[in-house]
Amino acid sequence: MIALLRRDLRLAIRAGGGFGLGLAFFLIVVVLVPFGVGPDTSILARIAPGILWIGALLACLLSLDRIFQLDFEDGSLDLLATSPLPLEGVAAIKALSHWLVTGLALTIAAPVLGIFLSLPAEANLWLVASLALGTPALSLLGAFGAALTVGLKRGGLLISLLVLPLYIPTLIFGAETVRRGAEGLNATTPLLFLAGISAGCLALLPFATAAALRMNLR
Amino acid sequence: MSLWEYANPKRFMQTSGWLLPYMVISSAACLVVGLIWGFFFTPDDFRQGSTVKIIYLHVPSALMAINAWLMMLVASLIWIVRRHHVSALAARAAAPIGLVMTLIALATGAIWGQPMWGTYWAWDPRLTSFLILFLFYLGYIALWEAIENPDTAADLTSILCLVGSVFALLSRYAVNFWNQGLHQGASLSLDKEENVADVFYFPLLVCIAGFVLLFIALVLMRTRTEIRARRLNALLAREKMAPEGGAQNG
Repeated sequence: MIALLRRDLRLAIRAGGGFGLGLAFFLIVVVLVPFGVGPDTSILARIAPGILWIGALLACLLSLDRIFQLDFEDGSLDLLATSPLPLEGVAAIKALSHWLVTGLALTIAAPVLGIFLSLPAEANLWLVASLALGTPALSLLGAFGAALTVGLKRGGLLISLLVLPLYIPTLIFGAETVRRGAEGLNATTPLLFLAGISAGCLALLPFATAAALRMNLR
Repeated sequence: MSLWEYANPKRFMQTSGWLLPYMVISSAACLVVGLIWGFFFTPDDFRQGSTVKIIYLHVPSALMAINAWLMMLVASLIWIVRRHHVSALAARAAAPIGLVMTLIALATGAIWGQPMWGTYWAWDPRLTSFLILFLFYLGYIALWEAIENPDTAADLTSILCLVGSVFALLSRYAVNFWNQGLHQGASLSLDKEENVADVFYFPLLVCIAGFVLLFIALVLMRTRTEIRARRLNALLAREKMAPEGGAQNG
């Protein structure tokens, strides 16, 4: 499992794309928002939690179709399916490596981008906490969507239609956490909901992902 | 005699062919009676005026939008566990109907909302969760359309339906957390505490019965079409495989 994780991480970093692209996309989305709504800091501070979360969501979405597509095309997914490692484990590891490359990077970069949107300083802690607890759910759901569409030629558009509705609860609780944090309210309730969603996804979705992969490989 | 006999497409075709005309006629009867009764023979509400009468379309279609998804969930489970093709095809047949029901509920709600709430749309939990349900229907139908192999498509869509149900339910309660409601509480319930007044209640029940029967009739019809399409494909494939054999027989 660890070998697979290291292989995936190496591929993601050396092949270019994964690591830098997601972050750059996140940066661009955040930079574009002030051009769209004007440079008024009070407005920006109000919408910053939502923008940061939506940006993170879209940046995650961007690299989803790579999770299984390349391995499916060159046949290594077949090897993984016949290897002693259960396919559920493969699915979990794939989601983990996707999270390390996008989710974790976004979490670390988010406070810096929060400055651009004049997010209040006291919200930074909540922003990092909510992204750290919420993005695993995004990666796990994304891996599920990627497994559903892996056999398709043009799965990219379909994957967003399938995965984005599944992201709604995560987005609601994530943005709510940051919003409450920015207003100085107690934000633990939505944060705990967020952690609950991630934990539930971690427990259940690898099985659904593996089931979808088996159906596609048959 | 067990329910699983209908997993045989031939049995299903026989029974549904016999059942379909009754369903269509009784559904049409219920809808005509219910709507005419509701529209012309009930009084106007003292606050809402005649706009209250949109309830006869809004409530049944909203009810069926949710029940169609439930039916798809059950059919998907049956497909995953017992692999009966009729079940997968019925789930596929129900999806566009559910989509249209969701759309009717949203549209009638918007038309009613404009004079009553002063807006076509508000980000109210009930409205929002219906919009989310609409998105789930779209994704489900798109996945069916995108995959060519029918068995793989049935497998993947049923998995999507299971996961989607969990998340649709989760969204339903997440949006409660996110915004306070404008929508009134339930219009109907089995314990008669919070029901609408009786004058509106009985025509509404007839309309709901009409919508349920309409849904059943449409699902049966569309499932029959799917089965026939599947048979046609099988015949075409057989002919392509053995052109000489076909010629000799013919």
